[in-house]
Amino acid sequence: MAGENHILALALRLFALLLGYAAPAGLCFGQPCEIRVAAASDLSFIMPELASQFERQSGCALRVSYGSSGNFLSQLRNGAPFDVFFSADLEYPKRLEAAGLTEGRVCEYAVGRLALWAPANASVNPASEHWNALLDPAVAKIALANPDHAPYGRAAIAALKKAGVYERVRTKLVFGENISQAAQFVQSGNAQLGVLALSLTRAPAMRQGKSWEIPPEFYPLIRQGAAILKGARNAGSARRFLEFLQSAGVREILRRFGFSPPPAD
Amino acid sequence: MESLWLSVKLAAWVAGILLVFGIPLAYWLAFSRWRWKFFVEAAVAVPLVLPPTVLGFYMLVAMGPQGPLGSAWSKLFGRGLAFTFQGLIIASVLYSLPFAVQPLVVAFEGVDRKLLAASAVLGAGEWSTFRRVILPLSLRGVATSAILSFAHTLGEFGVVLMVGGNLAGITRTVSIEIYDRVQSLDYTQANRLALLLLALSFAVLSFVYGMNRRVRRRVWIPWASR
Repeated sequence: MAGENHILALALRLFALLLGYAAPAGLCFGQPCEIRVAAASDLSFIMPELASQFERQSGCALRVSYGSSGNFLSQLRNGAPFDVFFSADLEYPKRLEAAGLTEGRVCEYAVGRLALWAPANASVNPASEHWNALLDPAVAKIALANPDHAPYGRAAIAALKKAGVYERVRTKLVFGENISQAAQFVQSGNAQLGVLALSLTRAPAMRQGKSWEIPPEFYPLIRQGAAILKGARNAGSARRFLEFLQSAGVREILRRFGFSPPPAD
Repeated sequence: MESLWLSVKLAAWVAGILLVFGIPLAYWLAFSRWRWKFFVEAAVAVPLVLPPTVLGFYMLVAMGPQGPLGSAWSKLFGRGLAFTFQGLIIASVLYSLPFAVQPLVVAFEGVDRKLLAASAVLGAGEWSTFRRVILPLSLRGVATSAILSFAHTLGEFGVVLMVGGNLAGITRTVSIEIYDRVQSLDYTQANRLALLLLALSFAVLSFVYGMNRRVRRRVWIPWASR
């Protein structure tokens, strides 16, 4: 009888564990503060660096989920449990603000930059040929993010138009769901060239490739905004994190990872 | 609308190809006595386990110029496979393989072995037995297989997302377009397309189950009230 009870208790405990009724991680490991961050996928390389610096300063840990800004917008409107939203543009957080779902105003944290990128073994070299690389006969497909909803895709189309090559390359364009997928198209050799986020070309897997930063005058600023969400469990710490992003030390990190600091207004 | 038609076209191609290749494969799986057969059975079922985007990613790599599929294809046809309708067909055939093969195997295995013995005693060869005994008795399984792979391809998203490149009229299937609309916050269009896709899938599945029912009704089940 006693043995049976024991097994029952064990089973119940296991069941509770599976349901996630175990004590929250914060309580278990003495982590007093945790900020839940929803971040656009172009931040996936810089965010760990920012998070570790901030954690060292404030003792506050970041738990980051990466995804597309559009998906996050739909999820946040439906009550996704995040404290801060880092979008790849300004439009999405502004919409949340307009819907009254943010705590305070939207703030700009960075400006995205564009690059033309080809793998190291490619026959074209955007680093020396610049725009002409796009017109090379060896280039059958050019990958970019979907301009209908990805900010970098929109900027890429604007740049191609401004450079006067859009009409000539239009039929070669293929679209990734987001900028990382566009990068995969090029990395796997299925597209020969990509118009990508500069931040991605600084990633370890892509650093060996040939890249050319498209001068900023070719496309409108890719302004990226963040907002603290209404009902944030940790609004104070979240605000401190946003303030930390405006500090001088962070500007240097932004540049190193392929972003620019937000414009002073 | 263009995208819905494209999805239907893709699904029809995939269902057709899977019938042609699925029937011999399922026949072999149903009747082979090879001791390592279970490895093949497991391999056929693997696309059920792999997340579609993961499968799609490896298909993308395989279709690349260094990949086995991509290099063979460009040798044959002088162009790449990713971002083409043919590429989508190949990826989708792999993705829907278990949905086509499982019902066929079940149907073939369900044929009464006594009938096969009788057929052999009457002097019919393997091919003739298959054509005149096994296949006619398995027609329901064949239809289920074709319709399941059709429906499964119709709703396919992850694989197409990974290898398609979102080209209007070529690789932008209806599920991709719905996703795009949601991403661009155009919920009205997304809802309209989703509703169309849902209605079509519902019609297809009702057809399958309606057909199953018609066959089952001929069997007397004591606890089923008429």
